[in-house]
Amino acid sequence: MKKVAVVGYAQHPILQNAGALNEVELIMPVVHQLFADLGICQDDIDFTCSGSCDYLQGAAFAFVEGLSAIQTNPPIKESHVEMDAAWAMYESMLKIQMGDADTALIYGFGKSSPGDLDSIISLQMDPYYISPLWPDRISLAALQARVLLDQNIITREQMLAAVIEARVNSKNNKNALITDLIDESEYLDNIMISSPLNKLDCPPISDGSSAMIIASEDKAYEFTDHPIWIEGIDHRIESSNLGSRNLSRSNTLQVSMGQLDLNNIKFDVAELHTQFSHELPFLKSLLNLADVPTNLSGGPLVGNVMMCAGLDAIGKTFESLKENQFKHGLAHATSGPCLQHNMLVHLEKQK
Amino acid sequence: MSAEDTPKDYSESPISLEYQYTAGSATTRFLNQVREGKLVGQSCPKCKAVYVPPRGSCPRCGVATDIEVPLTDKGCIESFTVVHIPIPGNPIVPPYVCAMIRLDGTNISFLHLIQEVDIEEIRIGMRIQAVWKPKEEWAHSLENIKWFAPIDEPDIDVRTLRFQEL
Amino acid sequence: MNDQKDLLRAPFELAYTYKRSNGPVMSKFFDGLGEQKILGTKSRTGKVFAPAAEFDPDTHESLSDMIEVGPGGTIESFSWIDNPKHHHLLKKPFAFALIKLDGADTSMLHMVTNCNESDLSIGSRVTASWSKTQEKRITDIQFFNLET
Repeated sequence: MKKVAVVGYAQHPILQNAGALNEVELIMPVVHQLFADLGICQDDIDFTCSGSCDYLQGAAFAFVEGLSAIQTNPPIKESHVEMDAAWAMYESMLKIQMGDADTALIYGFGKSSPGDLDSIISLQMDPYYISPLWPDRISLAALQARVLLDQNIITREQMLAAVIEARVNSKNNKNALITDLIDESEYLDNIMISSPLNKLDCPPISDGSSAMIIASEDKAYEFTDHPIWIEGIDHRIESSNLGSRNLSRSNTLQVSMGQLDLNNIKFDVAELHTQFSHELPFLKSLLNLADVPTNLSGGPLVGNVMMCAGLDAIGKTFESLKENQFKHGLAHATSGPCLQHNMLVHLEKQK
Repeated sequence: MSAEDTPKDYSESPISLEYQYTAGSATTRFLNQVREGKLVGQSCPKCKAVYVPPRGSCPRCGVATDIEVPLTDKGCIESFTVVHIPIPGNPIVPPYVCAMIRLDGTNISFLHLIQEVDIEEIRIGMRIQAVWKPKEEWAHSLENIKWFAPIDEPDIDVRTLRFQEL
Repeated sequence: MNDQKDLLRAPFELAYTYKRSNGPVMSKFFDGLGEQKILGTKSRTGKVFAPAAEFDPDTHESLSDMIEVGPGGTIESFSWIDNPKHHHLLKKPFAFALIKLDGADTSMLHMVTNCNESDLSIGSRVTASWSKTQEKRITDIQFFNLET
C-alpha cells in the first residue's frame, strides 16, 4: 500500500444563498486558490474526482457543468460521485493505490438554496416504503435523537453544549456561515421543528464549495514541506431498511474503529460531520473522544454545505494538524439518514 | 381506483420538487443582453476562445472568461437533425430541423431551430441568420430568436472552424 | 460580483414519475395492503421483518415466507411536527414514528396523528387506520391512531 498524504485544502466562504454564482463560479475560486497556494496547475494533477448532487439545485448534469471550472484540455482523467466529496477523496485514494495516479484533485460543491432540501433528502430513501411518506431529514434525525435521549446515551444538556460550543468555535473559521453566539435561554425557548430537534439543533442551509489535493509519497514533497499522512481510512454502510437498524448504536463505526485500530491511538483533534446537535455527544462517546478537542472549526452547525461537509471535516483536521503541535487527527464523514453510512479518516503529522 | 384495476407488479413513485433557479453571473450578463436583442459572448484571456452562451469559465483552460465580445447574429450550421416528434407545448409541426448554430467569431455552437427552408436544402456549412420575435415580446431568453433562416451567402467549410491546438 | 438586484430568478418544478417493479415479495405485500392486511416476511431464525423485506440485512438470507402482522403495534421512536411542511401528507400536527407491529421484530416508518404530543411516548400502542380506498401503496395505511 502506498502512503498518501493530504497536501492542500481550500474552502469557499459558506453562503446562505449563492444565488449570483453558478456551480462553475463556486468551484473556480477554491481550485485556483489551492493551485496558487501550492504553486501548481492542472498539469500536475493525475486524477480529478468531484462530489455533488444534481438534485440539490434541480439541474440535471450540474456536475458535468462544474467541470468547466477546471482545465480539461489536454483531456483529463476524472470521475464523480453523487455523494459528499469525502467519498470522492476515497475514490482518489483507490486510484492512487491501484497505481493509476500519484496526485489527485478533489472538489465538492453544493447549492441547497434553490430547492427545498428537506423534501429532496427524503427522496434518497426506500422508494416503496419510505419516500412516499415524504419524511424530511430533520424528522429522521429526530427519530434517532429521541432514542438516544430515552436511553440516556446523551442528554439535552449535551445537545445544548454542542450548539453553544459550535458558535464559540465558529470564530476559528473565517468561512463559517453563522458566527453569533447563543445562550441557554435562547436555546430552551427555540421553536421545535420536529421534536426533539429545534431550529438550533439543525444545520443551516448552506451553499459553497471545497477542494483538496492528495498525493502519494512519491510526489507529496513536491507540493509541500508538511504533508499530512492518511494513516487509515475506512467506510461502512448500514442497511437502508431503517426499521431494522438499532439507532442507539453504530455498527459501522464499530467496525471502522477496529479496522483503523483506533483504540490504540491518542487523538489530539477531531472534526466530525455531525449535522445535528445530538450526533456530537453520541459520536464522541462511540469514538472515545471525550477529552479530545472536537469540531474546533465550529462544524456543520455553523455551516453545512451538502456534498462538502464531509470533505471539510477532513480538510479542517488537516489544517489543525498543520498549524498546531498536533500529531494525530480523526475526521468523520457521513451520508444517509441517522448516520447510516460513515467514513473515518486518521491523519498523522510525522516529523 | 379499485384494487383490481391497479397492476400489482408495479408501483408508481411520482416525484415533484420545486426550485428557485438563479442564473450565475455570466448567464445573467448574457441574458440581460439578449433581452435587448444583442448576442454577447465571453472570451478566455488565455486561449482567446469565444463562448456563447457563456458559463463564466473556459472549459479548456479552467479560467474565468471576463472579456465580453459582441457578436453578430449570423453564422453557419455545424450539424443538424430532422426531428419527427413534436415539442411539448410548442406549436411547431414535425418534421422540423434542430441545428447546432455556430455564430461568426465563436468557438462553440448552441442548439436552435431552422425554418424558412426546405429540409432537403439544409446542409452543414449553410449560412444562416437569426429571425427575432417582435421587440415587444423580448424576455431574458434565447427564445427571443424564433429560429434561424438561410441567408444568401456562400457556405462555410466547417473544417476551418476547428479549434486550433494550444 | 454580487448584483443581487440584477439577479435572474425563475421558479420551476421538477416532476416525473417512475413505474417500479415490485418483485415477488413486495407485490404480495402491496396485495395485502389492498385487502387491509399488513404482511411481514419471516427468516429461518424466526425473525419477522415488517414491512415485508426481501432479504435479511444481517445474514443476507433471501426471504419469502409471508406472515400477517399488526394492525396494532408499539412506538419505538417518534418525532412530533407541530407545523407540517407543504410536502408532508398530513396537514395537521402529527408525528413520524417507527412502529413495531405486533408479531414483527423490526419497525416500520409511518405517521401518528389525532392526538397531542404529550400523549405519545416510546412504548405507546397504536393501530393502523386505513385510507378510504386502497391503491396497493404504503399510503393505503393513512396513518396510525393511539389505542385508547
